[in-house]
Amino acid sequence: MNDDLYKPFLMRIETARDEAPDVRTFRLKFAEETERAEFFQRYRVGMFGLYGVPGEGESTFCVASPPTRDGYIECTFRKVGRVTQALQELEAGQAITFRGPYGNHFPIEDWKGRDLLFIAGGIALPPMRSVIWNILDRRAEFGKVTVLYGARTAADLVYKDELADWAARPDVTLVTTVDPGGQTPDWKGKVGFVPAVLKELAPSAQNCVAVLCGPPIMIKLTLPVLAGLGFSAKDIYTTLENRMKCGVGKCGRCNVGSVYVCKDGPVFTLEDISRLPAGDM
Amino acid sequence: MKTIETRRLPDLAQALSAAGYCVVAPIEEGGVVRFREWAPGLAIAPGAVPANSSKDFLFPRSEVVARFALEPGGFSPAPVERSAVKTVVLCARPCDAAALTALDAVFNWDYRDGAYNARRQAMTVVSLACSKADEHCFCTSVGGAPDGVAGADAILRPADGGQLLVLDELTEKGRALAQAAAGTLSEGPAALDAPAVLPRRFDSEAVGRWLAANFESPFWKEAALACLGCGACAYACPVCHCFDLQDETDHAECRRLRNWDSCGFGLFTLHASGHNPRPDQSARWRQRVMHKFSIYPQKFKTLACTGCGRCSRLCQAGMAIAATCERIEALGR
Repeated sequence: MNDDLYKPFLMRIETARDEAPDVRTFRLKFAEETERAEFFQRYRVGMFGLYGVPGEGESTFCVASPPTRDGYIECTFRKVGRVTQALQELEAGQAITFRGPYGNHFPIEDWKGRDLLFIAGGIALPPMRSVIWNILDRRAEFGKVTVLYGARTAADLVYKDELADWAARPDVTLVTTVDPGGQTPDWKGKVGFVPAVLKELAPSAQNCVAVLCGPPIMIKLTLPVLAGLGFSAKDIYTTLENRMKCGVGKCGRCNVGSVYVCKDGPVFTLEDISRLPAGDM
Repeated sequence: MKTIETRRLPDLAQALSAAGYCVVAPIEEGGVVRFREWAPGLAIAPGAVPANSSKDFLFPRSEVVARFALEPGGFSPAPVERSAVKTVVLCARPCDAAALTALDAVFNWDYRDGAYNARRQAMTVVSLACSKADEHCFCTSVGGAPDGVAGADAILRPADGGQLLVLDELTEKGRALAQAAAGTLSEGPAALDAPAVLPRRFDSEAVGRWLAANFESPFWKEAALACLGCGACAYACPVCHCFDLQDETDHAECRRLRNWDSCGFGLFTLHASGHNPRPDQSARWRQRVMHKFSIYPQKFKTLACTGCGRCSRLCQAGMAIAATCERIEALGR
């Protein structure tokens, strides 16, 4: 294995599209076939990468496409800091640096035969979208698939075309919601906050795994609803994010207590998280 | 016994230099003794604990990890030369040598860090047993000893009241070094000086037990009050290894650098969103103590502190990790 740990791959932007205000998706092609093959040998849904622009630095976010689509990877990110700002200015044909895949993954092999409930808020759909596509590409191996996706406004929903595809599929239940006031005149989804919509939807916890990603306040208010529906802490999965530099357990900043988000995470069950010191998050 | 007169250490350095080693030794400059590259004519100051640690020669404070040629509308990768010069650290303190085994653990934790390992393999460590210790030294509280051999390839032991040094080879690298320097070594008897006497100040296992159970404690707020967040402790520490990756550019080129960083800095964990999981100095000081005495031992079965005392010697605010550990041990009683 390459021991030049911080030397990135080169990736070419095949397509770039705007998803929502300040949110953009790249489809990235590997410059070298050996790098593509090595990536997909290791990649499982939930893992992340470090995306870079020389001169600006690297930024950490998830891989938003599944290993079942192995000719490329996609990533979706919001303009927040210096690196994501520089990334947003790039167009198809230009190159970025990439390192990864790093971290642990969603244990979807253990979920075969079970129902799956995905709950996402805003820009947190991308880490979950790789899981959803992975499941849908292997549809027969899993039970019912329910997706509850909320955003502040209709404009903030990402993957609008894919949401339409999922809505049209008979084997997916998709519920979209926007915060009160965030709807447009032709909005056909729900209006309300994710926890309230979840309560109303009341999915069965029987043989079901819940995957929950979103802003901290949404997570905080959704967890009691899931508990009320009978989901146990070991069947609720989420991802943690922390500032990272190396991605490989060396640079020393992403730990929560003794758990390194880059290596022990980013995927955790609620049971795992309940053992971490809240004061370090 | 293989011996050399203490005053002839420069001859040993000269012989090793002639044998192809880059010689690093404690050398005084401007009233401060630091580990630096020896050159003919420079005196070696074996008595002092150098202000810097020998980690500087394994894990440089700034290092190019990737390089890109900048072009209009893009960039292309450029090669990075990896240099690992055959080096000997002469008169390392036993606490410096012990720190290397702690560093090996993190730089080989699943992902092997090639640049670190190349330098490590090219490095021979000749430590010098301590016959005195100051009030900041506490190696005996963290599993070390003034004449400890952990991490060393050879050790020099003071003898005949400090006039003589006795060389013990401990590894293959140490034997190769002794062979290279054979012309400067004599065979003969010597009366070894007693190593420094350093009573144990705290029980690091008891400290670890208290830490594992007391992430939330009012102790942290008060313990960190004096900390200025300057990071000097981390830079001087032989085991601290936290780093940042930063791009540095001129018109033609970008160099991606690995630079030393410190958990004491406010920006260390700051998210782009503005959220900071460690928003104040007490959270940062807790991380420093936890990492050294709880997290590191849990992960790697070794402390991330070797008791060299550099952090407290340097601290302008009088913070001392050994004193913190003493207080923690008392809290756990």
